Amino acid sequence: MTHSGNDATESPRTLVVERVFPHPPEKLWRALTDSPLLAQWMMNNDFAPVVGRKFQFRAEPMPNWNGVVDCEVLAIDPLKQLSYSWGVGSEAAGLQWVVLWTLTPVEGGTHVRMEQSGFTPDQKGAYGGAKYGWQKFFTGLERVVSEVDQP
Amino acid sequence: MVLDVKTAHANPVFRALADPTRRSIFEDLTRHGEQTVHALTRHAGVSQPAVSKHLTVLKRAKLVRHRRQGRETHYRAQPDALAPMVNWLDLYGAFWRERFDRLESLLQRMEP
Repeated sequence: MTHSGNDATESPRTLVVERVFPHPPEKLWRALTDSPLLAQWMMNNDFAPVVGRKFQFRAEPMPNWNGVVDCEVLAIDPLKQLSYSWGVGSEAAGLQWVVLWTLTPVEGGTHVRMEQSGFTPDQKGAYGGAKYGWQKFFTGLERVVSEVDQP
Repeated sequence: MVLDVKTAHANPVFRALADPTRRSIFEDLTRHGEQTVHALTRHAGVSQPAVSKHLTVLKRAKLVRHRRQGRETHYRAQPDALAPMVNWLDLYGAFWRERFDRLESLLQRMEP
């Protein structure tokens, strides 16, 4: 995992996890887009590989979390890229991210990159006005947040 | 699950800041330092009782602190309270590494 905040060209609020798997892209794509297979390593879900499809990941409910991740498929490029929004909590007070999967064939397997970004300015109209309010807020507080001591 | 820990911690802060007026009050305090309710009311564009109510919510989320001086109450921002939101990188980092491990073992079980 890299915190790509070290990379000046990317938002500091982007998380990247990468790994090379000794399997072909076709197999990775199935694991990422076939609902029953996805359930085996992610969470129970009603995912379907259709742009605009709203779906949920569901885990056991917990105090302060109903166990639901609300998602919408944002983009699909078969065997190459898949992205969906990732929302936790209510519309008004929840946390919203975009998850982007990128598959690249490499010798002997497939390079898999997962990028999770939050509060980015360009989210292709997937969110309502409240989210833009958040984005402006975080931009305004960039300096403050960067000074917060992390425990 | 990592996700739950993060959400549980972040929720009061997010709920407090979900309201645009409260966000602007908090932003005002982070930018301009300590201020009285009177001064904040002038900038906020809502009534003083409304500002006081918003400040109470921010106080509960530990986003602001107050001190009394004479008849005035002074408020200042506590940006450290934003830490639960900032820390999502670390928490989700662990979440995704675990998912990648599970994906790896699934791939070994899957037909080619």
